[in-house]
Amino acid sequence: MIKIEAVVRPERVNTVVDALLEAGCGGYHVSNVTGKGTQQGVEVFTGRGAAITTRAALPKSVITTVVGDELKEAVVAAIVDSSKSGEEGQIGDGKIFISPVSEVVRVRTGERDDEAL
Amino acid sequence: MDSGNVAWMLAASALVLFMTPGLAFFYGGLVRGKNVISTVMYSFVAMGVVSVVWVLWGYSLAFGEGGDFIGNFDFLGFRGVSADDPDAMLFAVFQMMFAIITPALITGAFAERFKFKTYLVFLVAWITFVYAPIAHWVWAADGWLFKMGALDFAGGTVVHINAGVAAIAAAYLVGKRRNVDRGVEPHNVPFVVLGAAILWFGWFGFNAGSGLAADGVAVNAFLVTNTAAATAMVVWLILGNIHTGKMSAVGAATGVVAGLVAITPAAGFVGPMGSIAVGLGAGVLTFYAVRIRHSLGFDDALEVAAVHGIGGVWGAIATGIFAVGGIGLIDGDAEALVTNVIAVLATIGYSLVVTFVILKILDVIPGLGLRADDGEEDAGLDITYHGERAYVSDGAD
Repeated sequence: MIKIEAVVRPERVNTVVDALLEAGCGGYHVSNVTGKGTQQGVEVFTGRGAAITTRAALPKSVITTVVGDELKEAVVAAIVDSSKSGEEGQIGDGKIFISPVSEVVRVRTGERDDEAL
Repeated sequence: MDSGNVAWMLAASALVLFMTPGLAFFYGGLVRGKNVISTVMYSFVAMGVVSVVWVLWGYSLAFGEGGDFIGNFDFLGFRGVSADDPDAMLFAVFQMMFAIITPALITGAFAERFKFKTYLVFLVAWITFVYAPIAHWVWAADGWLFKMGALDFAGGTVVHINAGVAAIAAAYLVGKRRNVDRGVEPHNVPFVVLGAAILWFGWFGFNAGSGLAADGVAVNAFLVTNTAAATAMVVWLILGNIHTGKMSAVGAATGVVAGLVAITPAAGFVGPMGSIAVGLGAGVLTFYAVRIRHSLGFDDALEVAAVHGIGGVWGAIATGIFAVGGIGLIDGDAEALVTNVIAVLATIGYSLVVTFVILKILDVIPGLGLRADDGEEDAGLDITYHGERAYVSDGAD
């Protein structure tokens, strides 16, 4: 089982989660974060609008889902297709992190691993 | 100069001004968090820009004695409106607050996608070419609708129908927001309720001040304003429950505003039971108008046409029906109703066409244009046009 964490633009969240469900994910969760990657920060005003500073942190959303190994490529493709900006994409479209998950438990029934996904 | 009148009218003017920031929060809570500053700013800057325009030429164009259709330049820069004739300046001050809030109402239609700098130009043009003429027709002593006897106590046509119809032109030209087909959840419901409450409070100045005196008419206007708002809220609560099983705070707040809009033209002319009828009609008509708007897929984002337009039209008609003292349909006199219908139609026609023309022109002027581009709309107008974020919790840097 693997955990797939996708950092994407916040306005893409709805299309990405639709694509995830279509690719076969049983569920996901979303959190709103700020962060910095290749995309440079955002310019904001400080001091009653008199001064400008660059904040490195940009708003993004992290969509996390845990799926069986066999779904990896389908899910990654679904995320990339639904979150990329146009054909060539733009800096700031995000990254996907894949990590192994050793066990999963369903709270309601106590089912484990593949039955719990 | 009656000091009681002056005291009340100054207080009423301040109350009406307070409605504009109230509107800012009512609208602000309804949009997404990335656009709340922009939405608030549309209302807030109206207080700045329109105040200056009003003093320079707005009051003169609206209330100068220029004939049936428009004022003149007699009062440019408020010359001739001085402390020697305090009632005149008082009237001009009170009227300024109405001029401020009317264009701010329209912004609900194009929220979350309208270019801010274009909006500033729009404010100046709209006050000059739409608001001032209509205000002149209805409220200036030589205005043609005033002379015809249209009963519009506090601005159902001048403010609400005018803004509601301008909103239709604006929403049509600006186009639908991106990615809203699933519906937009208000990002801050308490703001919406707070805004509606401030509007309710300020509306006592709007309506009870429109008799320009601290007298029985004002007291009656105060009572019927409250009653209509309250009735419309209850109607929205009930209808909301019937259709969804729940009573939403946003629905309650919207009902309140609908009732207030509808009682605006009627406040000086109807009695308590009439105001219940006004509130009832406003609640029912605006509730279904909002549903119809949704099903049409027309993105008047914050329901300006459904609440202010439809609410205002009902208010004008209801005034003709329920006016007391022998002038209403309930007493067998249809004249006020007919005159009000004419006023409604004239306002709709003029506002729709001229607003459309103004926006069309602004759209093609190089450097202006109406709509934020896709990237700006996605990032949010707050950071794009104002360089600010409403809610900063990262603590980064």
